[in-house]
Amino acid sequence: MNKILLIIQREYLSRVKKKSFIVLTILVPMLFMGMFAMIGYLAVKGDDLGDVKKVQVIDESGEFTNKLVSSKSVVYVFNNENFDTARKKFIENGYTFLLHIPPASSPAPIELLSDKKPSATTIETVETALSNIAEARRLKAAGIDTAVLAQAQKRIEIKAKQITDTGEKDAQTYTAYAIGFLSAFLIYICLFIYGTQVMRGVIEEKVSRIVEVVISSVRPFQLMMGKIIGVGLVGLTQFALWIIISVTLSTVGGSLMANKMSHRVEQVTSASNVKAVKKVQTPESSMSIIKESIENIPITYTVSCFLFYFLFGYMLYSAVFAAAGSAADNETETQQFTIPVTLPLIFTFALAQSFIINNPDSSLSVWLSMIPFTSPIAMMIRIPFGVPAWQLGLSMLLLILGFMFTTWMAGRIYRVGILMYGKKASYKELVKWFMYKE
Amino acid sequence: MISIRNIVKQYAGHRALSDVSMEVEKGTVFGLLGPNGAGKTSLIRIINQITAPDSGEILFNGEHLARHHVERIGYMPEERGLYKKMEIGEQVLYLARLKGLSRAEAIKRTKYWFEKLEIQGWWHKKIEELSKGMQQKAQFVATVLHEPELLILDEPFSGFDPVNADIIKNEILELNRKGATIIFSTHRMESVEELCDSIALLNLSHKILDGKVKEVKNSFRTGTYMLDYEGNKINAASGAPFTVLEEHIHDAIYRLKLRMNPGTRPNDVLQYIMPHATITHFEEVIPNMHEIFVTTVNNQAR
Repeated sequence: MNKILLIIQREYLSRVKKKSFIVLTILVPMLFMGMFAMIGYLAVKGDDLGDVKKVQVIDESGEFTNKLVSSKSVVYVFNNENFDTARKKFIENGYTFLLHIPPASSPAPIELLSDKKPSATTIETVETALSNIAEARRLKAAGIDTAVLAQAQKRIEIKAKQITDTGEKDAQTYTAYAIGFLSAFLIYICLFIYGTQVMRGVIEEKVSRIVEVVISSVRPFQLMMGKIIGVGLVGLTQFALWIIISVTLSTVGGSLMANKMSHRVEQVTSASNVKAVKKVQTPESSMSIIKESIENIPITYTVSCFLFYFLFGYMLYSAVFAAAGSAADNETETQQFTIPVTLPLIFTFALAQSFIINNPDSSLSVWLSMIPFTSPIAMMIRIPFGVPAWQLGLSMLLLILGFMFTTWMAGRIYRVGILMYGKKASYKELVKWFMYKE
Repeated sequence: MISIRNIVKQYAGHRALSDVSMEVEKGTVFGLLGPNGAGKTSLIRIINQITAPDSGEILFNGEHLARHHVERIGYMPEERGLYKKMEIGEQVLYLARLKGLSRAEAIKRTKYWFEKLEIQGWWHKKIEELSKGMQQKAQFVATVLHEPELLILDEPFSGFDPVNADIIKNEILELNRKGATIIFSTHRMESVEELCDSIALLNLSHKILDGKVKEVKNSFRTGTYMLDYEGNKINAASGAPFTVLEEHIHDAIYRLKLRMNPGTRPNDVLQYIMPHATITHFEEVIPNMHEIFVTTVNNQAR
């Protein structure tokens, strides 16, 4: 037992000390935070970015004259120059675009001219502005009051409630979506990353020929388990550090953002631009909804389940990766053994995004969350939607049994494989190795 | 020290060891010889408990070989290496601690050995930064650090330059003088004659020869002698107590390679020659290990 601890220690320390580990640990939360900060920044300040586009409008129909409202990014200037002369001169005159609206009777289309290709957003902004004006005018012509219409068009919002033993609670479907997807994605990625690390470690020991020295001191199975556990701990350490760094960053960054935001709301309010205030408030109120729904999720429960499925899913797969590594002399040779076992993983993840997340209680979803090779992903998708205790228990039990069985099988192949130098193994040979007595 | 009794090891396609028995005496240097694929490595792996035999047993100092014995055995495999990205000091410590040494004890002994082999300045270097000879020395240190009673060396000198091979050879002999038993597997017959007290020869999974080196060589004596003389050429008549196998003349010295007739003694040969010439050299031709190896293996193949 003492020896397996030594192996775990070596596997763990040799990886944690690596530069790539430290870089990844710091960089990933930074990248995420940076991404969120960017999105937040753009949401708040997006209008200020980019050049102001000056649009010269020649309205021959007269329907839109002085009705198009300039915004921060698009400024409309109306004049009644002749279209053909304007066309030649609008860029010289400092305009980015020339919007030509032909007379109502003319079949010619409305045109937006520029020397460069206009961006899709610009076209859309102008289109929407024109359509809105045209729509309002037609409604008015038909004798419909726009205020009444706005009232009639109000969207209905459904508040989903889940009936439980303790009464009703808000069913946070979207949050469940997000949590389920995120944890399944993390498990999927990490099974691959850390499983491959185990495989590389095995190949390294085999190629550098140290393995025979080591297994004259410890049993091959101890070496394999030591490696699997050591790398698993590296994974957990990485998660822990990511969480700590992210929480620290988001707390600090979040309070900074909040300050700026409220400051901005004040500013805008004082400018009495009602429309803009509305715009800014929307993300704030949706933020509070997100906050509320996160508080409604049983965090300890979800995180425990995540850790359980990560740990045992990882151990199950890494045993397979270890066996594959033992049968090869380099990484490319391992593909014939890893692809058949990782296919269910890829398949489940593909299904997870489309099918399971929309039908978490269908029989296919339930089955996938029971089979040890697919359950780590399938179950993590289902958990935020609520899973009966017996299903969760059974799934966990099956995963533990699956892990023990796979490790036993992998161990039998591993102990022979690591001593087979310079031999490309076939499946037939793996079976032979498996049958060998000790 | 080690009693190997009726070991059989069968792999799917072939038989690696068929009913192999041998005895390794405490404090000796034991040579395990045989051509490639004879079963040497299989036997060594069984002694190291890397694999288990299908039948037969091994006794370690009279006890059944068990897991705890690995801490009293040092093994340097033929296919050997170290972690490329690990500092050699740490690496030697790690391997020694896997053999049951405490960290403090392992550090003390590693320092001692590193100084002895003059690699103390390389403690923090990674293996990939070291020369091959340096790596081999570190590997040797890792093998002997836990002061094993039994040292198993599979082709220990392969990959060594002659200078380092000599250093390692002397260290092995010193360990042997201090009481370690050494099993050593090799193709290099000259090192066998130099180092080994006893040998066993494996071929095609069978043990075909074993015993003390001296006795083995005696059993291969054929009554062949080498005799040099000065004077006139002697034509061995039919009454001579020997038959001439080869005859050369070089710088007026005749050299005879002769085989004695059954029942005659070396003195009979000398008495026959002495009246006719001056004898300058007379020596029995004893086959060396290389010849014994080749003859035995070829005989079995026939």
